[in-house]
Amino acid sequence: MSSQAVLNTGRPPAPRYVEDVIRAAVVLSMFWGVVAFLAGVVIAAQLVWPQLSFDSEYLTFGRLRPLHTSAAIFAFGGTALIGTAFHVVQRTCRARLFGGAPLGWFVLLGYQFFIVTAAAGYLLGITQSKEYAEPEWFVDLWLTIVWVAYLVAYLGTVLKREEPHIYVANWFYLAFIITIAGLHIVNNMAIPVSITGSKSYGAWSGVQDAMIQWWYGHNAVGFFLTAAFLGMMYYYIPKAANRPVYSYRLSIVHFWSLVFMYIWAGPHHLHYTSLPDWAQTLGMVFSVMLWMPSWGGMINGLMTLSGAWDKLRTDPGLRFSVTAVGFYGMATFEGPVMSIKAVNSLSHYTDWTIGHVHSGALGWVAFIVFGTLYYMVPKMWNRPAMWSTRLIGWHYWIATIGIVLYITAMWVSGIMQGLMWRAYDELGFLQYSFVETVAAMQPFYFIRFLGGVCFLTGGLLMAYNMWRTIRSEAVVTSARHQPALAA
Amino acid sequence: MFIRHEAIEKNAILLVILTLITVSIGGLVQIIPLFSIETTIERVDGVRPYTPLELLGRNIYIREGCYTCHSQQIRPFKDEVERYGHYSLAAESMYDRPFQWGSKRTGPDLARVGGRYSNDWHVAHLISPRAVVPESVMPAYPFLAEKKLDYSDIAKHLEALRAVGTPYTDAMIANARADLEAQVNPDLDPTAMEKRYPRAVVGKFNADSTAITEMDALVAYLQMLGTLVRFGDIPPERLRQ
Repeated sequence: MSSQAVLNTGRPPAPRYVEDVIRAAVVLSMFWGVVAFLAGVVIAAQLVWPQLSFDSEYLTFGRLRPLHTSAAIFAFGGTALIGTAFHVVQRTCRARLFGGAPLGWFVLLGYQFFIVTAAAGYLLGITQSKEYAEPEWFVDLWLTIVWVAYLVAYLGTVLKREEPHIYVANWFYLAFIITIAGLHIVNNMAIPVSITGSKSYGAWSGVQDAMIQWWYGHNAVGFFLTAAFLGMMYYYIPKAANRPVYSYRLSIVHFWSLVFMYIWAGPHHLHYTSLPDWAQTLGMVFSVMLWMPSWGGMINGLMTLSGAWDKLRTDPGLRFSVTAVGFYGMATFEGPVMSIKAVNSLSHYTDWTIGHVHSGALGWVAFIVFGTLYYMVPKMWNRPAMWSTRLIGWHYWIATIGIVLYITAMWVSGIMQGLMWRAYDELGFLQYSFVETVAAMQPFYFIRFLGGVCFLTGGLLMAYNMWRTIRSEAVVTSARHQPALAA
Repeated sequence: MFIRHEAIEKNAILLVILTLITVSIGGLVQIIPLFSIETTIERVDGVRPYTPLELLGRNIYIREGCYTCHSQQIRPFKDEVERYGHYSLAAESMYDRPFQWGSKRTGPDLARVGGRYSNDWHVAHLISPRAVVPESVMPAYPFLAEKKLDYSDIAKHLEALRAVGTPYTDAMIANARADLEAQVNPDLDPTAMEKRYPRAVVGKFNADSTAITEMDALVAYLQMLGTLVRFGDIPPERLRQ
């Protein structure tokens, strides 16, 4: 590959990149994806057939739900982010990973240890009960160490880059790493009951705790699930489409406006609660404004396909990435709508929120990861292509049908539930008891379960395809180098 | 502007510093005033730290992830106030570490569930939800009725809470174990405990067992939820934030 690099750029050959860590991250991310989808299917089934907790202490919805969310966000998404971050930063900076393979392995394996200890804790009932920040103090401390190492490896590579410019994908990855560090530390401040026990009590209480938790929670969405995956989009879509990013100027405007506005949006999770009104209003206003920078990213991603749309016919991997950007646009329109207080009064506490989260998590996050992994696997293992392109097509359609079933079921059940809670009969009494609204959800919970089964099936097809690709013969010539377009 | 942006793109440290400043502003503006503005928490009487038994019950509520399906936050809407009671006050969760407002109502809100059902109802419902409410999708928690409550280190819990700011007194910490037993054991005199923790509900919550079980603690917690503030006594201006 180096001889070609010289041909293309007239510069000295690129350094030898750290790649084993990235290959391991690809496989681990796939594994955690299947685990997360399976956990989701199990808890979806439990809401249809509640006997499925088998009266066991370890299998209740309350303990499995954090397992599902953490497996999806932190294990599947986070591992993919570590792998792609190392992949992108080395190539766009034309520099070997700072700290080399040892630091890379420490970050990846240290992060896996965090996942496993957190997950074991959930099943054993060790939790802080703060959504998406459930791990207890000792797990939080370990993650802090790993995260600082992640920042050192990433920023160190950027600092020793040979490219004069820092490519746009790196801005997003950096903003993600820095902001998550701050959110994690502030939200998890706690004092343990005993240094040998797992239980701790948080530094914040009541209304302040609520505000800090959703400042954290919404920006876990904003920076973990959005900014970081936009970094992924900014590298892999131009690469796969073989086109430059549509607008450099738009990427600057939407980067700074996105990172500025996201932080303000947290209070929309607390509309009409005991949080003071001024904070709720601020949260609503910024959430609505956030629509624009979000769509800036969507437009930049989609328009990068200009002149290359025909590739969607032949490259189903790219189809995943592009559909992901479409779902991103849809979810970032739905979000601002739901943050309007009048709409939120209906949607809050209902399944509509769950549907919204999943159009983001399945449609955007999972699809952009699928598209990226389908692009990366042949490259990283030096194979001509994925083992089966047809199977990618099957995965695409089964997963898409799964998402559609999921989010439409949740729209209907969520809005219905919200309307039933506030319905009055002609005599002026509440029309429905609470449990009548629970019973009315059953058909939709079943449809949601089917959607989840579709999504899991797609994930299994992908895992099989990946396994067969890795097991297949490597390409003998080193023809895998691509022109350094995006860099 | 875009010419100068090139300077940021070529200087990683500058990029990091500017990003840090940009992402800090929103959080600082929204969070800091909540600590300093006196009006964040309403000036009402009756809210007190949890009794040792309620505290361990609350820890079981947290351990089992009850918050994933039950909120503890009544919004100021006509239908919610009719269904659940007076809308929730910030003051009512001022000692909650962490808060349990929740984000989803797969089951009903529990902010004022205290006193609405009998202890026996709660025990039967937790052991087998569908025996009491046929349409329920709640998991069953029969193990709570059998597991003995571990309160060997209860004083340490109160000490840790005091370290982060909950006003537990020396007497409360010294008597933590005795207060816990006095609340649940009908043979003990609860007077001293009730003086330290006004409006505490006393009784053998899990009548099926003579031992102090996890069920006792959880039901004690459920039975006090939303009962500390007596809304009849409060002039409306006190509720203003």
